[in-house]
Amino acid sequence: MKIKSFKELKSLREKISNSRDPEKNCITICAGTGCLAYGAQSLVNKFKAEIEKDNLEEEIDIRSTGCHGFCEQGPVVVIYPEKVFYRRVGLDDAAEVIHKTVLNGEILDRLLYTDPSSGEKIIHEDDVPFYKKQMRLVFGMNGQIDPKSLEDYLAIGGYSALAKVLNGMEPGAVIEEVKKANLRGRGGGGFSAGWKWESTRKAKGDPKYVICNADEGDPGAYMDRSLLEGNPHSILEGMMIGAYAIGSNEGYIYVRNEYPLAVKNVTIAIEKGRELGVLGEDILDSGFSFDIKVNRGGGAFVCGESSALFASLEGRTGEPRAKYIHATDRGLNNKPTNLNNVETWANVPLIINKGAEWYQSIGTENSKGTKIFSLVGKINNTGLVEIPMGMTLREIIEDIGGGTPKGGKFKAVQTGGPSGGCIPEQFLDMPIDFDALTKVGSMMGSGGMIVMDDRTCMVDVARYFLKFLEGESCGKCVPCREGVRRMREILDDICEGRGREGDVEILESISHALIDGSLCALGATAPNPVLSTIKYFREEYSAHIQEKKCPAGVCKELIRYKIDEENCNGCGVCARLCPAECISGEKKQPHVIDQEKCIKCGSCRESCKFDAVIVE
Amino acid sequence: MSEVNSVEKMELKVKDIIQKYGSDRGFVVPILQDVQKEFNYLPKEALNAVSSHLDVAISRIFEVATFYKAFSLTPRGRHQLSLCVGTACYVRGAPLIESNIERVLDLRPGKTSPDLEFSFDTVNCLGSCALGPILVVDGEYQGQMTVSKTNKVLKKLGKKVKTDEN
Repeated sequence: MKIKSFKELKSLREKISNSRDPEKNCITICAGTGCLAYGAQSLVNKFKAEIEKDNLEEEIDIRSTGCHGFCEQGPVVVIYPEKVFYRRVGLDDAAEVIHKTVLNGEILDRLLYTDPSSGEKIIHEDDVPFYKKQMRLVFGMNGQIDPKSLEDYLAIGGYSALAKVLNGMEPGAVIEEVKKANLRGRGGGGFSAGWKWESTRKAKGDPKYVICNADEGDPGAYMDRSLLEGNPHSILEGMMIGAYAIGSNEGYIYVRNEYPLAVKNVTIAIEKGRELGVLGEDILDSGFSFDIKVNRGGGAFVCGESSALFASLEGRTGEPRAKYIHATDRGLNNKPTNLNNVETWANVPLIINKGAEWYQSIGTENSKGTKIFSLVGKINNTGLVEIPMGMTLREIIEDIGGGTPKGGKFKAVQTGGPSGGCIPEQFLDMPIDFDALTKVGSMMGSGGMIVMDDRTCMVDVARYFLKFLEGESCGKCVPCREGVRRMREILDDICEGRGREGDVEILESISHALIDGSLCALGATAPNPVLSTIKYFREEYSAHIQEKKCPAGVCKELIRYKIDEENCNGCGVCARLCPAECISGEKKQPHVIDQEKCIKCGSCRESCKFDAVIVE
Repeated sequence: MSEVNSVEKMELKVKDIIQKYGSDRGFVVPILQDVQKEFNYLPKEALNAVSSHLDVAISRIFEVATFYKAFSLTPRGRHQLSLCVGTACYVRGAPLIESNIERVLDLRPGKTSPDLEFSFDTVNCLGSCALGPILVVDGEYQGQMTVSKTNKVLKKLGKKVKTDEN
């Protein structure tokens, strides 16, 4: 059915809302990539089969939703209307969940989440500490809708912002509203979205393009994927509003091919949008036409950079160009182009619906609204967290993330991906926003937040990022192509015990050449992980270079695996598993490792149940 | 089936794929992706077919096929192992797993074994960091990997390795 007017859209929404009983039981199962990997799809099927078997379709709805964010605890199930929160739900639990919890209100203790700090079992989703401190404006809808259902999106008010804009807001007024809200680009740069829209609108040229950058390449960041997977229509709606304001009829979504579910869900959303008539020719009889195509990347990190992304969209290799002419004047196919990131687009319908003033009330002076971070690495509660700008790192890591896993001590948090830096403990109480992170030598980036503990070697982390960037440098400009490689070689030397006095100074000097001379941000920000680790963890560099030691016990060439005689009870597991056959000892007697033969594969340490294998 | 016949068939397949994208040259990357999915790598004949049907010089197609990491110009192994080495997986111990797979398969990341049994790659981030370290075995995500779990996977795929099962 195609709707042709605002009135029809409104009555369709009312019809859907009226047909839904908010008090009806509904089992929502997270089917984001994380939970799917834990087997969520078979769980959905199992619930469906159980409901069918007992003819309970009238009493119980079932919905597979996008990512809820608490990936650590997957598969996650939330039962409405009470919002009972179950985690790690298995196939065998399905029947009991239906008959005991849904139909009888009985809580299954074993599926509840236990707060590790208080040991208390928590029943309702909203009371889980991981969610409690969050402000899930953009991301919260994920748990309520089936991303494949346009009806679900309409039921939560979807496309009402589009209708509002098309029905009486001048393009200039839309831009003013977004400017007033001070929406800044969530992809990393933090550039004002409203200004960008205005520049593109004013630029001469036809057609104009609107692009969604979903080439989420920062390792450790996956909020864009989860948004595209879990609530694709919100991004489409944002793009449509932007296109209307800018005066564009053609849009693209450039998405990583590593995200197959995101590609699938957004493609379905586009098809459904066209069927319903919110996408295509003369949308809702407003005279405005807009359509979107999905283009997939080829596994090149640099394609997240705007001009490289355009080159890729034109069917060429993703090499950036110098940007003395802005993309807003000449971008894709040399036409005015407005590129925003997934999360930025998802914020747009909110701003239109609730107004710039409301949006302004959230956040810090120069960074408004919320930001989604992916909290990963050495952290108890891995997942996606959405917080108002201005929350401190400590609140995020300790209160929401639950701190570092047992046995480890917090050392640093890395933000901003390969362009960012490592932030040490002394800055944990800093309220974070775009500017604060830049000030301490890191950056917001797309929102990856990788927590590191005392078993993470900071020199090795710097080397890791340079190795990453060396592989991803497109090779067009010399400072980046050669500079990154030389820096990586020096870091290899340091990590492998060949470090020399003066290496750190050479690293710093090459860094500055890269910052000044690189063509695009990939090269210009490449030194950040190195410079920030030198700044805050210089003693680790010194330990590697002077003492030839890796304090964290990571760099293979500088460590030895040893068996602690006191803790070893001679069970022999390590000796059996050792691929180099270099562990020996009598039964029930402490074993020893032959250092000559040891290949430092780590099998023994991993397999020892008594923590008897130590690294020094 | 004669040689000529198979090239013709390949060309028909390529033509289908290109038509799916409305012969739009902007879609070279997704087109090559679909071609690779069809043939498991990018055979020379298929690249020629893409070039002629899209009317893009073969040098350009070749440039794209060699630039992007996703493409392989040589046949890939029957079993494909991709290890995530995104930052989160890295700090959780992916490097030890990487060297273990390298040792057992005698394969550097990005390579395929001469008997075409295994291809081993590292990927930059699969965006499933809660499961890290992640190994994707023939398309299936296996989370919270350890060296010994990797060995079990490799054993299942027919490699001789020590596991704590024996």
